[in-house]
Amino acid sequence: MAGLEIPTWDPETALLIGAILLEAFVLYVGYGGLERLVGPSLMRLVVGGDASAR
Amino acid sequence: MLGSLLSGAGFLGTSPEMLALFVGFGLVVGVLFGFFGMGGSFLVTPALLMLEYPAPVAVGSGMAFVFGTAVIATLKHHDLGQVDYKLGAIMITGTTIGIEVGRASVYYLESMGLAGGVISVAYVVLLGGVGAMVTRDALKSDGEGGIDHEATDRDLDEYEIPEIAEKIQRTVRIPPMVTLRGDVRVSAWVITAVAFATGVLSGFLGVGGGFIRMPAMIYAIGVPVPVAVGTDLFEIVFSGGLGSYLYGQGGGVNLGIVAPLLFGSALGARVGSAATAVVDADEIKVYFGGMLLVGSVAVGIGEVGSYLGNATLELLGLVLVIGAAVVVAFGVLYAAITSLRVTRRRRTSTAD
Repeated sequence: MAGLEIPTWDPETALLIGAILLEAFVLYVGYGGLERLVGPSLMRLVVGGDASAR
Repeated sequence: MLGSLLSGAGFLGTSPEMLALFVGFGLVVGVLFGFFGMGGSFLVTPALLMLEYPAPVAVGSGMAFVFGTAVIATLKHHDLGQVDYKLGAIMITGTTIGIEVGRASVYYLESMGLAGGVISVAYVVLLGGVGAMVTRDALKSDGEGGIDHEATDRDLDEYEIPEIAEKIQRTVRIPPMVTLRGDVRVSAWVITAVAFATGVLSGFLGVGGGFIRMPAMIYAIGVPVPVAVGTDLFEIVFSGGLGSYLYGQGGGVNLGIVAPLLFGSALGARVGSAATAVVDADEIKVYFGGMLLVGSVAVGIGEVGSYLGNATLELLGLVLVIGAAVVVAFGVLYAAITSLRVTRRRRTSTAD
C-alpha cells in the first residue's frame, strides 16, 4: 500500500525532470527565434499581403 | 489491446507512429492551452489511459507534460508582470501536500487494481461538469470560463473584486493576513485551503488544476484575472515539478511520451496565444465546452470498451477525445485566419 512520503534524492529522476526543464527552455527560446524569423512570411502566406492586424 | 497495435521499436521506447501522434496531439493541446488558458492538459491523461498505459504512467507523464508547458507559459507571463510571487509561494505549501495525498491515492488504488477505472470515472464527472459549466456560461455570454482576453489588457487596480471574494475577505480574518497584487488583503489560510484542494486534484488526475485553481483564486481569494493566470502557472511549475519527481521515482514519467507532447504543445501554445489577439473567446467558448462534454462521453465509452475487452469501443473513445480537441483547435485557427483576412480587407478598402 502506498502512503505519503517525503521526496528523497534520486539522481536518475532529477536528471529526467531536468531534461524536461531543459527541453522547455530550449523550446521557448527556439520557437521564439523561429517566430521572429519566419513569422512575418508565414502570416503573409496564410493571410495574404500585409497581415499586421494585431 | 489498442496500445499493442501501435507499439514497436522507436525513439525512447516509443514507436515512430506514436511519436507522430504525440507531437500532433501536443500541437492541438498547445493551441487550446494558449487560446483558452486552460483545458489542454486534462485531455492528455485520459488519452494515455485509453492507449493502455498504466495509470501511474498516464498520470505521471501527464503531470510532467503540464510541468514543461507551465515553465514555458510562466516565462511569458513573467515578461508581462502578471505573476504574484508572494501568493505563489504561499500556495506551493498547500498544493505540495495536496499533490502528495492525491498521488498516494493513485498508488493505493493501483495496488487494488482500481486506479484506471476510478480515475476515468473522475474524469467523466470532471470533464462533464466543467464542460457543462463552460457551455452554459458561453450560451449566456457572460464569459467566465478560461481567460477573458479583453480583461488582460486592463490595469490591475481597475479590477472589481467579486462579491463572494469580498465576503470571504471580510469573514475569514484568521492571521496571518497578506496583501497581494491588486491591493487584495486575505488570510493566508484561505490561500492554503484553496491550494490544498486543487493539489489533491492535481496529484490524483495528473492535471495542472488551473481550471479549478484559476476560478478559485478569482472567486475565493479575489485576485485580478491576469494575476490569477500568471500566478497559477508559476505555481504549477513547482507543484508539477514536484509531482513529476515523485511519479518519476516510481517509474511513472515516460520521456518518450512527454518530450514529443511538449515539442508539439510549445509551438501550438504560441499559435493559440497569438490567436487571442484577433479572435473573441466567447465565439469559440461554446465549442470548448462541447469539446469537454464530448471528452467526458469519450472517456466513458473507452472505459466501457476496456471493461468489456472491446477494442472498437476503446478506439471510438480515443478517436472522440482526440477528434473533439482537433475540431476545436482548427476552429480557433480558422477564426483567427478569417478575422485577420477581414481586417486586411477593411484596411485595403480604407486605403483605397
